[in-house]
Amino acid sequence: MKKLPLSKIDELFKALSAGQKLYIPADDAAGQAKFTVWQEGLALSQKLNTVRSAKDLFFPQVENLVGFKVTGKQIELIESRDPAEPFVLFGVRACDARSFDILDKVFLAEPADTYYKARRENGVVVTMACTRPAETCFCTVFGIDPTEPAGDVSCWMDGESLYWQANTEKGEKLTAGLSMLEDSGEEAVRAQQEKTREILGKLPLKDLNLKGFDGEHMMELFQSPKWASLSESCLGCGTCTFVCPTCQCYDIEEFNTGSEVKRFRCWDSCMYSDFTKMSAGQPRPTQLERFRQRFMHKLVYFPTNNDGMYGCVGCGRCLQKCPISMNIAKVIKTLGEDKK
Amino acid sequence: MNRDPLIPMIGVVTKIRVDTPDVKTFRVVGLDGKKPFVHIPGQCAMLSIPGVGEALFSITSSPTVEEYLEFSIKKCGCVTSWLHAMDEGQQITIRGPYGNGFPVDTDFAGKDLLFVAGGIGLAPLHSVVNYCRHYRSRYGSIDIVYGSRSKEDLVDFQEILDEWCREDGINVHLTIDRAQPEWDGHVGFVPNYVKELGFDTSKTVVMCGPPIMIKFTLAGLMELGFDKKHIYTTMELKMKCGLGKCGRCNIGSKYVCKDGPVFRFDQLDALPDEY
Repeated sequence: MKKLPLSKIDELFKALSAGQKLYIPADDAAGQAKFTVWQEGLALSQKLNTVRSAKDLFFPQVENLVGFKVTGKQIELIESRDPAEPFVLFGVRACDARSFDILDKVFLAEPADTYYKARRENGVVVTMACTRPAETCFCTVFGIDPTEPAGDVSCWMDGESLYWQANTEKGEKLTAGLSMLEDSGEEAVRAQQEKTREILGKLPLKDLNLKGFDGEHMMELFQSPKWASLSESCLGCGTCTFVCPTCQCYDIEEFNTGSEVKRFRCWDSCMYSDFTKMSAGQPRPTQLERFRQRFMHKLVYFPTNNDGMYGCVGCGRCLQKCPISMNIAKVIKTLGEDKK
Repeated sequence: MNRDPLIPMIGVVTKIRVDTPDVKTFRVVGLDGKKPFVHIPGQCAMLSIPGVGEALFSITSSPTVEEYLEFSIKKCGCVTSWLHAMDEGQQITIRGPYGNGFPVDTDFAGKDLLFVAGGIGLAPLHSVVNYCRHYRSRYGSIDIVYGSRSKEDLVDFQEILDEWCREDGINVHLTIDRAQPEWDGHVGFVPNYVKELGFDTSKTVVMCGPPIMIKFTLAGLMELGFDKKHIYTTMELKMKCGLGKCGRCNIGSKYVCKDGPVFRFDQLDALPDEY
């Protein structure tokens, strides 16, 4: 383990941003934390987490796939892929770090998504341990330890120092160039972890019970009459899917610039009526079916296909942002009642 | 050639055949004049006209056709209307093949086959029928029940009359919904006709058509004593990627584009009925 006095953190950021882009959580003019390209003078946000998740860096909201030039009956393909550049993503929380594993299951499964894969290969993830988990946090329910975040490098921070632990080859390589880091013992980190764990033990959602959310109970959960009341107030706004670090459904659309047709992909949401609507019909006619799809996918379908790995990381963003205060924790509680 | 799964290749529509008032069959080759790719009966491909949109279509031609791919497409939405309006020589984009296809070389081998189709539902089965005709000795008897609204709406009618009906060991049973002056064949809906014909329950059934036809034919087959394990269908849901990633065609733990579109009815029974 290595450490650095916080007074030298700008020196670290400067070194990390030499030769590649460095993203850190920073507050924007409205006081919202978001991953921002570091430049001299940009301060690390003190907020627990970014408003939007870290998935944007690997799976951007909009990206060009390919272009076409259409001349009469002829079509010409135009390469329009943005080049993947090396970058460091600093300050990722343990929940978002897990979300990358979940996204990997989708995008790196054969045939791999080459756009996502290129960004994954080019990105180094530096995570930051949590010290002040919020009431909306429930990552521990999914076996995530926010005091020991996974990543190429794991970091801890107290009032005086930043502690740095390289975990992977990528992380070692990044560390090798950082001469300002000094060797350090682990005592301070262990003491901080103890304190954080005490807080974790008091969080209101720490005992969410996922028993029975599996493939075996798929039809029973799908047919539960409780979906009607759970989904009753859902506006179908899709906010939950946009802030969610694991939602990865996308749309492919086109835009005619006048000189070429750009084919791009963008985030989409199973909460929208358009999502499954085709000229031949609409298999999910009401918000009930759309709402149910989102939660069944995260809690039942995804783990069925991925050795029990749930499609939720307990980051709590949907709890904070849903305009009608409906969320996955309520869904787990309500449907889980029958399982106890 | 670009091997990225999301990037299509350019194809050329070399022939357009008018099948019915709202179905045309499009012959597609690559820019090199050859078949764009090899497929299994029942698999699909993404076709698009840049600026209009991309959609998934089942490949109608049999894999045994070496020169081209064919798609029988009904005009019903944005992309299909554009396809119907275009002329021969038009370039389109194509990527694929997608999906599992029918188990023509495994589960179907040596079996007596019963095909049941309604309207444009013949399109995916056409590929299987012609594959089985090509390798005729690998299969037992072949029965085909095909119905449409009218004689004019029967897809591939000329091929059915000239080729399928004339082959030994293939029994074609055509029906139309309402009587027409120039029609001397059966009149009535497909599900009832299947029941009237009362097939042997040892047959393997391959079915595709409008949901209402599927529903009642399945019920009829159950009454006759068929086992759902031997009844196959092919599904259609909205799709964008074709790779099991964009999330649209997810039903339960399956993705229609990659785990389907071909399913047995006993498999569908274990999934939520959101299709």
